[in-house]
This record gives sequence, structure tokens and C-alpha cells, in this order.
Amino acid sequence: MWASPIRRREARDGIIFILPWFLGLLIFILGPFIAGFYYSLTEYDSLLPAQWLGAENYRRILFGDDKFWLAVFNTVWYVSAAVIPQVILGLLLAVLLNQKARGITVFRTVFFMPSIVPIVASVSLFIFILHDRFGLLNETLYGVFGIVGPNWLTSPDWSKPSLVLWSLWGIGGGMIIYLAGLQGIPQTLYEAAAIDGAGAIRCFWKITIPLISPTILFVVIMGIIGSFQIFTPVFLLGSANYGLAAAGPMDSLLFWVVYIYNQGFFYFRMGYASAIAWLLFILLVILTLVQFRLAGRWVYYEDEAAIR
Amino acid sequence: MLNIALGRFEGKSRKVAHASFVYFLLFGLGFLFAMPLVWLVSTSLKSNEQVGTWPPVWIPYPFVWQNYFVAWTSGRFGLYFFNTTLITVLATFGQVLTASMAAFGFARLRFPGRDVLFAVLLATMMLPFVVTMIPTFILFKNLGWLDSFKPLIVPYYFGGGAFFIFLLRQFFKTLPTELFEQATIDGASNYRIYFQILLPLSKPALSTVAIFGFLHHWNDFLAPLIYLNSPEKFTLALGLQQFIQRTEVRYQEMMAMALLMTIPVLMVFFFFQQYFIRGVVMSGIKG
Repeated sequence: MWASPIRRREARDGIIFILPWFLGLLIFILGPFIAGFYYSLTEYDSLLPAQWLGAENYRRILFGDDKFWLAVFNTVWYVSAAVIPQVILGLLLAVLLNQKARGITVFRTVFFMPSIVPIVASVSLFIFILHDRFGLLNETLYGVFGIVGPNWLTSPDWSKPSLVLWSLWGIGGGMIIYLAGLQGIPQTLYEAAAIDGAGAIRCFWKITIPLISPTILFVVIMGIIGSFQIFTPVFLLGSANYGLAAAGPMDSLLFWVVYIYNQGFFYFRMGYASAIAWLLFILLVILTLVQFRLAGRWVYYEDEAAIR
Repeated sequence: MLNIALGRFEGKSRKVAHASFVYFLLFGLGFLFAMPLVWLVSTSLKSNEQVGTWPPVWIPYPFVWQNYFVAWTSGRFGLYFFNTTLITVLATFGQVLTASMAAFGFARLRFPGRDVLFAVLLATMMLPFVVTMIPTFILFKNLGWLDSFKPLIVPYYFGGGAFFIFLLRQFFKTLPTELFEQATIDGASNYRIYFQILLPLSKPALSTVAIFGFLHHWNDFLAPLIYLNSPEKFTLALGLQQFIQRTEVRYQEMMAMALLMTIPVLMVFFFFQQYFIRGVVMSGIKG
């Protein structure tokens, strides 16, 4: 098959063109991937040689580390509180911005823009807006409604809701993906439904939802994977008043990846940190597989229907 | 007659009601979404007395441009700006170059094992960064690259990210095959085809990759946090973080620097809006 000189030259060139990527795959992805699993079975401070521990790290994390379980609790709390609005409000926002109205593109820009503001900049802004005394939010709550607002960033009960507020501001990223899905739905379906006397809400449930269900699945999966791995905003909010390696008031912002960072780069327990990272990896693989399995029940693919 | 007239009237008023409801929501929510950015701009120009007062001052009087100057010099932001630009330009260039090379290989050239390797590429897109974070750090530590820009630049000359390769490959597949066949018949080598036909024809897709690369490197916080220690090597993200950590925060200066970091991003967004949206949308389309 690769005998002719022309085909041989093509094959040689093809390998040369993908070579940078292939080397990168070995050096920066597969190598570290395997090395990370090895480190997770050792005690390693990155200076002295790694000491073999077997499954000891995993045993200690799962059965003897309260902080790990606190990090799991905090992360799961955030994932549930942030992904659900991202999926539902993002969709509703996209439906709103899919209306034919004058100046709609300006509104699309307004809703999309916050999602591209650099995270460090937007977190700085939110640290100011959520300040318990000078912050715009608490001032407005008190000045307009007479409510004394909570200490958003310094109370263990409110630090995670603050993070959710911040994440809601960036909902425009998911909205744009939905919007593309909505614009792929043929207008004729709605016209036909209207002739048959279907109202707007019925159309939404019977046409819009089924036809963009692949997009919803995508947003759900990416939202879950991304939120489980959230680091920068949590780290910034958590260390704002408490210093590096801190995790907010009473560790209320100790998240999974923040814990990996603290163990690895603050206490230099590279083996222990690798094991925590591998646990997250395993969980994410399981969650993604479950999502795809469940998806068969509610996601509708047009090409599939055509085959039937 | 009356019925028809009423029906028409009803239809029209319903439309008006619908439109006003849509505009009510658009303006109400639009206000909520736009307000933080307006507040950012407004605060960055306030005097110390006008920060955090009630009722809030939306248009500062006078404009205190000095905040920018004070913040810029207090944190060596000129240097951070330079460092960030250098890293962003070098890393993004490597990404566009090597991602387009790999994508060309996968889209247009036949070689043994291509489909298996492409499946591997797709699989790596799902790999979370946390599993490789610590071993990669140890690798760079052993290479003696800590506290230099190399860990932030060099890896991007090795393929530039599976997602970008995938995106470019999809684009290259849409280009007409005859073009490449004709060039081959005319005796052009694959290298010539890549440089003189493929790249010029793919400017929109390459721009999308460049813009996303720019955004990633400009905004990145975790990698600089892990790899850079000396303050003279900091990026904007790290410089701004120092502001957050100060005990005595002057919010007007913090906002000024946050805005300066945001402005290049917004400029790129407004100039290249169509590539931007395409990229976000492409990420959501199943292959």
C-alpha cells in the first residue's frame, strides 16, 4: 500500500508534519500522565528520590483525611450550585436573545462580554463589589431595600454563594453555544406548530428542547468537568484575606484543585497531591461515561431519527 | 366584520405585549450584566473620597487619571505588561504554527497509523489538566526551567493543543481537494503546498486559533503562579493578584489595573468578533 514512491513521500511528509504534536504527546501528555500515576504511589517531595508507598496515599486520602472530604464537599456544592443555573439560565437567556428585536446584537454583546474578561480582573472587580461595607451590592441592599447584606467574602456561609454570583456573570459563554444551536433549528417547524395552534411554551418543550438536546448535553458535560476543576477564582477569593495556601474563611473555599495545589506546591507533597489529582480524574471519567449513558434517554439526534 | 377587526386588534396588541415583555427583560438583565463593567471603569477614575460612598457615584468628578499612573508605577506594571505580551506572542505563534502543521498532516496526507493517532488526539482533548500538572512541573524542575518563561512558551511549540488541531483539521477538510491535487501535479512539494496554498487560504480559521491562544495566554494565572517566582518575571495576572493580597487595598487603583488588563482583550473582541463567535460555536459542534 505504501510501496509507490509518491505514496512513500506523502507518508514521510505526513509524519514530519505531525511530528511536533507527536513529540508533545509523548513529552507533555502521556509521559506526565503515567509519571503522575507512579508518583501517586510514592512519597515524593521533588528533592529526595521518591519512596514507594503502594496504595498508601489513596488509603490515607480516602479514610484518614478530613480536609480531602471537606474539599470534595465544597467542590460538589459549587458544581451543583453553578452548573444548574449555567445550563438552565444560559438556555433561557439564549432563547431571549434569539428573538427578533431591534438592537438584539448589541444585547448579545452585552451578555457575552463578561465571559471574556480575564478571570483575575473579574475576580478583583467582584472582590470590590462584594466588599461587606464599601461594596456596591451591600450598599444597594441597604440603601434601597434596608437589608443589611452578609459578609460575602469573610463568612464561611457566603463565600461559596459569592463564587456562584461571580460564575453567573460569565454565563454568556454557554449562552453563545446555545444560541448557535437555536439558530440551527428550522423556522418552518415553529410556523407549522403555530398553524396547528401550539403556544410558545408548548413549542419550547416539544421543538426547542428536543432539537438542541445535543447542545444541552455538551454544556452539561463541559460545565461539570470545568466546575470540578475550577481553580483560579476560588484561589483568588480564598487567598484574598487569608494569604497563600489559605482557602477562605474556615476552609470554606478549599476546593479539590486548590487542595492539590496546596499539597503539591505549598507543602511539596507531590505524591500525595498526584493521588488526589488521580482521584479527580477517575471521578471525571466515571461522570462523563454516566452522562453519555444517560444521554441515550433524552438526547435526540436528527440524523439518528432519519435512519429510523 | 366586528369579529375580524377585533381579532386583528388582538393579534396586534399581543405582538406589542410580546415585544415590550422582551425589551423589559433585555433591558433589565442587560443592566445587571453591564453594571459591573461600568462600575469597573467608573471606580478606576475616582478619588479616594468617592470610592464606596452612598449613593454611589457613577460619573466621577473630577476624573482622577492619576490612579492609573500610581498603580502602574507602584506594581511595575510596565514590566508585567511587557512580560505578558512576550509570552503571549511567542506561545501563540508556536500554537498556530504547529497546530496547523499537525492539522495539515491529519487532514491531507496519508501515512500509516493516521487514524489511530487521530483517535488518540481526540481522547487527549478529554484529559483534565490536573492529572498532568504535577508531573509536568517536576519535568520542568528537572530541566532547570523553573522561574523562566520557558515552561509557559516551549510546550506550545509541540502541537499547540488537541482542540485547535481538531478545529483546523475540520476547516482544512472543507477546502477543495482539486486545489491540492493540481499543485501536486504541478510538482509542488507538500511543504510548498502548506506555506503557499493552505496557510493563505485558512486565514479565518488560523485567526480563530490565534485569538483563542491570545486569550488563554493573556489571562492564564495557574501556570505563571506555579512557574514564576521572581517579581521581575511576573505577568499581569500575577501583578494584579498582588493587589488583591495587599492588606491596605486602594480599590480605585486595583480597578485601574484590572481595566488595563481587560482592554486588550475587549479590543481583540471588537475587532475580530466574527472569529470569536465562530470559535466558541465550533467548540460546541460535534465533530
